[in-house]
Amino acid sequence: MHIAEGFLPPTWAALWYAFSLPVVAYGAYKAKKRVDEDPKSKSLLVVAGAFVFVLSALKIPSVTGSSSHPTGTGIAVVLFGPVITSFLSILALLYQSLLLAHGGITTLGANTASMGIIGPFAGWLAYRAVKGRTDIKIATFIAAATADWVTYIVTSFQLALAFPSGTGFAGVMASAIKFMGIFAITQVPLAIIEGVVAALLMGYLLQVREDVVTGVTA
Amino acid sequence: MKAIILAISVILAMLQTSLAAEWSGADEQAEKAITDINPRYEPWFSPLWEPPSGEIETFLFSLQAAIGALLIGYFLGYYRGVRHARNT
Repeated sequence: MHIAEGFLPPTWAALWYAFSLPVVAYGAYKAKKRVDEDPKSKSLLVVAGAFVFVLSALKIPSVTGSSSHPTGTGIAVVLFGPVITSFLSILALLYQSLLLAHGGITTLGANTASMGIIGPFAGWLAYRAVKGRTDIKIATFIAAATADWVTYIVTSFQLALAFPSGTGFAGVMASAIKFMGIFAITQVPLAIIEGVVAALLMGYLLQVREDVVTGVTA
Repeated sequence: MKAIILAISVILAMLQTSLAAEWSGADEQAEKAITDINPRYEPWFSPLWEPPSGEIETFLFSLQAAIGALLIGYFLGYYRGVRHARNT
C-alpha cells in the first residue's frame, strides 16, 4: 500500500506530512509516558512494533493475481491504541523506504497517515464497538482486519485526490474506484489472514501474560 | 499451529489458480494506474538508495521479517518462562 517515492505531487506530500507528524510525535510521547508509568508494558510495546515489522515484510499473493502485504498494526491498536500505533508504524515505514526503496521519504507522511493513523483508528473504533460483547481474540481479529483493509482504502483515496480523473468530486471518485479496484479486493483475503494471525498472537499473549487482559478490556 | 498450516495451504491453493498472471505487486499496478490517469506525471523524487538487485531486496525484506520474528519469539519465550518459574 506504500505510495512509491516521488509518486505524490509535492503539495500533497507536504500536506500528509503536516497531518501525520504531530500524531507521530504525540504517539512517541505517549509511548514513553506509558513505559515510564508501567515498565512492564515496555516489552509489549516491542512485541507490538515487531508484529508490524514482520507482517509488513510479507508480500502475499492474493485472489486478484497480484501480491500485497498486510500492515500488522492490529496488535498495537488493541494493546496501545491508534496514537502509539502511528509511532510504531513509522519505524517500519522508515526501514522500508530507506533500505528497500519501498514507499519513500517524500511519501512517508501519506503512508504513515494511511497505515499508521487512519487505518489503525478505524480498527480501534471497530474494536471499541465489539469489545466486551465478544471474545478478546475475535475482537482482535476484527480490529486487525479492519485496520488492514481501511489502510488500503485510505491509500486509494490519497492517490485519487492527487490524481483525479476529471474535475471536482466526480473526478476524485472515478480515480478512487480505479485505485480501489487495485487495492481493495486484493486486500480482502490478506486482511482476513492478518486478522487470524493477530488473534492467534493475542490468544498466546493472554495465556502467558495475565495482566494483558485488564489492559485490553479496560 | 493448525491455523498456520491452513493459512499456508490457502495461499498455495490460490497460486494454482489460473487467475494468477504474474503475481505482480499491487503497488506497481497503482503506479501504472497513475500513468494512465496522468500520462505526463513524472515522479519528482527518486529513492535515495535502492537495493542493487532483486536478491538483495529479498534479503532485506527477509531481514525485516526476521528482526520482528526474533523480538516476538524472544519475549513470548520470556513471558512463558517467567510464568513457569512463578508456578513452580
